[in-house]
Amino acid sequence: MNVNYIWYFLTFLTLVSAIMVVVVRNPIHSVLYLILTFFCISAHYVLLNAQFLAAVNVIVYAGAIMVLFLFVIMFLNLREYTAESKTNLVKLGAAVLGGVLLVIIVAALRSMQIEPLNKATYNSQVGMVESLGKVLFRDYLLPFELITVLFFVAMVGAVMLGKRETGERNF
Amino acid sequence: MFPALLICLALAVGSVVVGVYAERKVSAFIQDRLGPMEVGPYGSLQLIADLLKLLQKEDIVPKLADRRLFLAAPLLIFTAIFAGYSVLPLSPDWQGSGASEGVYFLLAIVSFDILGLLMAGWASNNKYSLIGAMRAVAQIISYEIPLGLSVLCVVMLSQSLNLQEISYQQGIHAAELNYLFGLKGLGIDVSEVGGFLTWNLVRMPLFFIAFLIFFITSLAECNRAPFDMSEAESELVGGFHTEYSGYRWALLFLSEYAMMLLVSILGAVLFLGSWNTPLPNLGPLRLADWTSGQPGTFYGNLTGIFWILLKAAALIFVQMWVRWTYPRLRVDQLMHLCWKVLTPAALILVLLTGVWRLLMV
Repeated sequence: MNVNYIWYFLTFLTLVSAIMVVVVRNPIHSVLYLILTFFCISAHYVLLNAQFLAAVNVIVYAGAIMVLFLFVIMFLNLREYTAESKTNLVKLGAAVLGGVLLVIIVAALRSMQIEPLNKATYNSQVGMVESLGKVLFRDYLLPFELITVLFFVAMVGAVMLGKRETGERNF
Repeated sequence: MFPALLICLALAVGSVVVGVYAERKVSAFIQDRLGPMEVGPYGSLQLIADLLKLLQKEDIVPKLADRRLFLAAPLLIFTAIFAGYSVLPLSPDWQGSGASEGVYFLLAIVSFDILGLLMAGWASNNKYSLIGAMRAVAQIISYEIPLGLSVLCVVMLSQSLNLQEISYQQGIHAAELNYLFGLKGLGIDVSEVGGFLTWNLVRMPLFFIAFLIFFITSLAECNRAPFDMSEAESELVGGFHTEYSGYRWALLFLSEYAMMLLVSILGAVLFLGSWNTPLPNLGPLRLADWTSGQPGTFYGNLTGIFWILLKAAALIFVQMWVRWTYPRLRVDQLMHLCWKVLTPAALILVLLTGVWRLLMV
């Protein structure tokens, strides 16, 4: 099958599901569409031969973070909840902000210089875990380690918050 | 690629046919009764009768349920689990996809099954379903951490995420030399001996603990007893699938057995030598050569799929054995086991595996 058709189909699906995230009224359906969007983006990574990134995207976003979103929304019991209508001022502000963001993204993309693909020097294995590991642990070792420290601090904070206080029952 | 798809589909459906019968017979044996005896010889056609009944039943959707999500959830659960089969090597040549990030992809795609559980539980609009789904998801997300760490141990030892490559390393067809217990210092070359001596479980003897962790977490991932609080009959009726009937319920059941087979095959690939024979070459007694053909030949594929299915069946039997002999865990015990026992143990094992790997090269 021609890869182009897959690309068009995926892009169509990504855009439709991304629009549905905003349009749909039920918050649960909205989150589910967001997960579909992430999944389609992962599929795009696979098309780019970045399999590791695709799997990470699925595990971290679609698998963990969005499931937590869904979890929380489901337990807020929003079934009878109807969103209060926004005032015109809020709508105007949102439209202006969104429009400015769109203009910035379009401007940034237009000014970007993309080099044409050089088939002689292009390494098709660039997205594989081996080359990624080499870059991460050789060229970007310090930033990588700093990020792990950041994660560690966040973890210690979570443990501190969840710690049993004196006198509290353990179940 | 195509034979692998057909084989996997047949396996997934076959696993439920054989699995349900075996489960009922094993439970009957453990509880000292006969089990199904009426339909067919020794009750072997019982499942056919059950399936015929299920397929005829009405597909009921509760009036206040979220109709679309309710109908889609079983399909999503089964698709997520079946997609996991795509990277499993069934023999030296039969593998759906040779993706180099195989095992990582498997863990990622199977985690979508949580989404299906949540959708099923919430869309049913039933408090038992919702509580069941909540418990199932909390448990699966927590147990994914020790599971991932125990898989990481194997990945560190074999230096590859590709399940086919991990398989090749554990037998007589390995590209590199295999030493006894993986230790180069011992100087005992077992690459020609093969058999169980080149399995990952023996290449790194501490993997026995890793395998235990993997097995326990895989039970939790399948929502099997003793981790089946999500469908605890005495408190929650049926858990997240309380409201399902007819063929959708059958599909949920099929997913459960497909998941059991999936984690069993994965366990066999990672620790128990994959499709390699357990019999070693002993001097003139070339047991390993006789019981495993060359890769690429039909005999090689046949013996490969025979051995891997035999190992998976043995693991499934142990899963059933555990289910019918252990009582269900309480929620706090469950979380204690995951976060305070399995996760630290798995972290220490990752460290030890790194040291062991240094001794191997």
